[in-house]
Amino acid sequence: MSMSQQIERRIRKAFQTPKKGETFELRNGLVSQYARERKDAIQRTIQAMTVGKDVSALFPDILKNIATPDIEQKKLVYLYLMNYAKSHPELCILAVNTFVQDASDPNPLVRALAIRTMGCIRVDKMVDYMEIPLRLTLKDENPYVRKTAAICVTKLFDLNPQLCIEEGFLESLQTLIEDSNPMVVANAVSALAEIQDRAPEIKCFVVDPHILSKLLVALNECTEWGRIAILTSLSDYKASDIKDAEHICERVVPQLQHANPSVVLAAIKAVIAHVEIQNSEAKANLLRKLGPPLVTLVSSAPEVQYVALRNIRIILQKYPQILNRELRVFFCKYNDPPYLKMEKLEIMVRIANEKNIDQLLSELKEYSMEVDLDFVRRAIRAIGQCAIKIESAVEKCVNVLMDLIYNKVNYVLQEVVIVMKDVLRKYKTFESCLPVLCQNIDELDESEARAALVWIVGEYADKIDNSGEILQGFVSIFNEEATQVQLQLITAVVKLYIKKPEAGQNMIQGVLQTGTKSDNADVRDRGYIYWRLLSSDTVIAKDIVLAEKPPIVSTIEDLPKSLLNELIGELSTLASVYHRPAATFMGHGKFGADAVQKRAIEEQKQLANEDEVGAGVNAENLLDVDFSVDSPTVDSPASNPVTASKGGSALDELNDLFAPVQIPKITGNASSNQDIMNMFKNTAPTSSVSHNLSSTKDAFAELNFDNSFSSHANSGVPSKSSKTNEDLLGLF
Amino acid sequence: MASAVFFLDLKGKPLLSRNYRGDIPMSAVEKFPILLMEAEEESWAVPPCFSHEGINYLYITHKNLYLLALTKNNSNASQILLFLHQVVKVLTEYFKELEEESIRDNFVIIYELLDELMDFGFPQTTDTKILKEYITQQFHILDLGPRKPSLPPAAVTNAVSWRSEGLKYRKNEAFLDVVESINLLISHTGQVLRSEVLGSVQMKCFLSGMPELRLGLNDKVLFDHQSNTGAPIRSAGGTTGKSIEMEDVKFHQCVRLSRFENDRTISFIPPDGEFELMSYRLNTTVKPLIWVDCKVNTYSDTRIEIIVKARAQFKKKSTANNVEIRIPVPEDADSPKFESTAGKVKWEPENSCIVWTLKQLGGGRDFSVRAELGLPAVKDLEAEMSRAKRPIKVKFNIPYYTTSGIQVRYLKITEPKLQYPSFPWVRYITNSGEDYTIRMS
Repeated sequence: MSMSQQIERRIRKAFQTPKKGETFELRNGLVSQYARERKDAIQRTIQAMTVGKDVSALFPDILKNIATPDIEQKKLVYLYLMNYAKSHPELCILAVNTFVQDASDPNPLVRALAIRTMGCIRVDKMVDYMEIPLRLTLKDENPYVRKTAAICVTKLFDLNPQLCIEEGFLESLQTLIEDSNPMVVANAVSALAEIQDRAPEIKCFVVDPHILSKLLVALNECTEWGRIAILTSLSDYKASDIKDAEHICERVVPQLQHANPSVVLAAIKAVIAHVEIQNSEAKANLLRKLGPPLVTLVSSAPEVQYVALRNIRIILQKYPQILNRELRVFFCKYNDPPYLKMEKLEIMVRIANEKNIDQLLSELKEYSMEVDLDFVRRAIRAIGQCAIKIESAVEKCVNVLMDLIYNKVNYVLQEVVIVMKDVLRKYKTFESCLPVLCQNIDELDESEARAALVWIVGEYADKIDNSGEILQGFVSIFNEEATQVQLQLITAVVKLYIKKPEAGQNMIQGVLQTGTKSDNADVRDRGYIYWRLLSSDTVIAKDIVLAEKPPIVSTIEDLPKSLLNELIGELSTLASVYHRPAATFMGHGKFGADAVQKRAIEEQKQLANEDEVGAGVNAENLLDVDFSVDSPTVDSPASNPVTASKGGSALDELNDLFAPVQIPKITGNASSNQDIMNMFKNTAPTSSVSHNLSSTKDAFAELNFDNSFSSHANSGVPSKSSKTNEDLLGLF
Repeated sequence: MASAVFFLDLKGKPLLSRNYRGDIPMSAVEKFPILLMEAEEESWAVPPCFSHEGINYLYITHKNLYLLALTKNNSNASQILLFLHQVVKVLTEYFKELEEESIRDNFVIIYELLDELMDFGFPQTTDTKILKEYITQQFHILDLGPRKPSLPPAAVTNAVSWRSEGLKYRKNEAFLDVVESINLLISHTGQVLRSEVLGSVQMKCFLSGMPELRLGLNDKVLFDHQSNTGAPIRSAGGTTGKSIEMEDVKFHQCVRLSRFENDRTISFIPPDGEFELMSYRLNTTVKPLIWVDCKVNTYSDTRIEIIVKARAQFKKKSTANNVEIRIPVPEDADSPKFESTAGKVKWEPENSCIVWTLKQLGGGRDFSVRAELGLPAVKDLEAEMSRAKRPIKVKFNIPYYTTSGIQVRYLKITEPKLQYPSFPWVRYITNSGEDYTIRMS
């Protein structure tokens, strides 16, 4: 179902006069004189909300039930408020009183609930009322309330950073680091770390020796989740000297024995962050301690294991010796999900060495006879990688590969050819394999395999008796081949011509002619280069074409140095899982953090718009609030999507440069936006409705642009998007 | 930190969700099934997290459900995924089963729990025992008039966050189960490719007050001080008489880790009821406790004969219970005939395997089964391929036996205020792990 259809349906539904049906019944229940019926109706409302029905029309009636001593009922009402606050920002103000009252309730559960929910009602007007309750609860005698208030400061910062700073909430939060209760400390650390991350320039969380000692004490006492927060901030801390680093490691190392794998990973990260500064003996000692915990991570839940394996790959590149003895741990289990099997293969080739290669090879051979095509191919590739990596084992590897060919499975064969290309490039001593490889040309239908074979034939043209014939076979269908095969073919024929002029003579002219007429610039260029080379001086041509190639050291893909250094500090984060710097997937422009948040707000706004239409019908229920806003109704609706798409397209190119993000859909969104706008034009002529509409919009507009404060994260890009914002603002 | 958490059915339709941060459009979830399908088309190995248009999708599967977390930041992936698993655990402990149906039935309490488990994307309390003290099941039982408001248990925020104060038992008992699971991979030639013993000390505590416990293990398991330098913990002795490498001990959060690091004492205030106190790993090659040998003969492509021998390779005084050996057979096989020297054999066509069960298998004994199955005249190459690759799986448990030779010497229980007499009980058991497999030729 398309978006616009869905919206249309929703709007239609909102238009129905709710004189009967579920909404009507629920409303009756909500205003019932019996507490039991009211509670029941609230539950049913929440249920309807859960299954995706729009019950926002009941907002005023639900709100009437907010003042109740029944804490469970209160929780439900609060839940409803959180969900629909955005669509009724002005009505939320009516709940403020209860919130403020609840924040000083004798029951700490109620106090915590109130402050937690207030922070989640992301309506700008709520912010003004949050100040006093937040200040109170931050100093509450009950740690449960304090730990909740600590997080509420982050919520407030997210909504209105300026206010948060001016009112000194950050200082209050900092004092909570010294709280007597470990859970409060942990939440304060989490909260501060997040604010620090969003706005580094205000330096609200700078770990100094004093705070450090507090953190180290709390580390041993707080819950598993708190430990992760503390360990993470420990790894971000820059140790001032060796002693400092030693001290931290000493305190962190016991955490390697925690049952929670995420704590263990955080501890590993913290140790690695402080290991480089230490002397080589201490460093070796610490690194040796990381081995067993890393291995144990491999037996955690598969998804967590995946994160661990991706991280192990990073750690292995930095410290290759760390898991030398642990090959067997990474053997694939029959029931492992595919993503684990692939990752384990990656790690196995990385810890392969002269001692464990026999074990590994028999395992890889086993894998290459399994049924999953991708896995088999990856396993064969791994054998090739081992052959290149470990010179003393190359013969064994080649034997395994040759054995596999005899099984005559098509995709195995193709993969073996591709792998053998690398082997034959590095080692010149396997000419005996050539006839076997050349026997099965007809089986090869993938261009990578065909290209590999052509390369082999060209390179060993003088060692293969019928090399001319083979190449002739390829040349005759030159135009049907894929580009990479064509490129290899030109090179191979040139090699043949130089090595065995009599065999290559009649082909060379034709190939170069066809090549230079190709539509593909690369093929054309290569054709011309060889043509000119051959027509200038054959001796020089020979020296160039048959020049000694630099030996391949490894076919195992490594991360670039700079990326490695970045990722080693990002262990256990998404960046370390994707093996990409955070900046590439955090999105830019249209998909950037701020833009995503804006989309979230837009989504709410859209809901609000729909509700307004519905609300118009039962306006008498809306209590007698006077919205005396002068601004007229939204005038040029069509220009909204236009500006949005303008801003977007400017950024599209940028996006393409980075992550493989897809950009469609949005246009669909925009047009559906337009649909709604058009519907409003037609269906909302009454003044009362338009008043409501614009007032809601105002509420959003304010909220929207407070966010621009945090746009420092994406350099360059936001200036454009904020301009679009201004354009939009102008519309209102 | 997670921005929102979703429960989805197998088709990717949201059943219930909680928006924690309000910084991502909730409609992003609609893309999830599409993205998942696209990824599956593209690659055989779809990872449990991916990113799309600036939103990161992290998910786990449980029965007929997806649990999905969304975030727009470079968040701690292991923490989020682990949290989702923890949600499954808590909800399972609340409702016995977590599936589509139980979500629909219990949405109110799930909302309440989600509110308590995480705040603004930061995981909070995920300990079911503590949660049960103030988020109670009797929610749907409505009573008239205001109920007595519950208070947050002090344990939520205490340093001892896993135990409430003021517990009382008439008889103070503590049960220790030492369970060792063996994972083993044997090649078709009989070579042990991988072996691993996962040990676990599970506890059931019914103790009053805030007791201090100290666990002493036998002298053979020396928590060598060397492990300070990262060397594996060695234990001399054990049933095989050889020294056993004990690697990487992990403890429940109640154990004082720094104390263990300093003097190898396992001291703790236990949670109430059942929990896993510690786990450890042995990485030595263990002799397969139950040896299975399988020969397959195909006669003129019309019938297949399978001969399986099983031998118990442990001491006579021990006995393995509930031994189950699953041998894969071709998917298109039919009309099975069995002869066995002991136990029962049955054919499970739905799983394409024959299952041989032995109620008891004494140490040193061996038995065998001969099975004969018909093959269809038309040969299905693919079916043959898939049979060849599935391994034989073995399940069993051996009471009063540990591979490592670990023994509990003492469990000291002291409650400074109450000073009651207490009764510790210890049991040992060795069983097959999830992966005790023998590859077929």
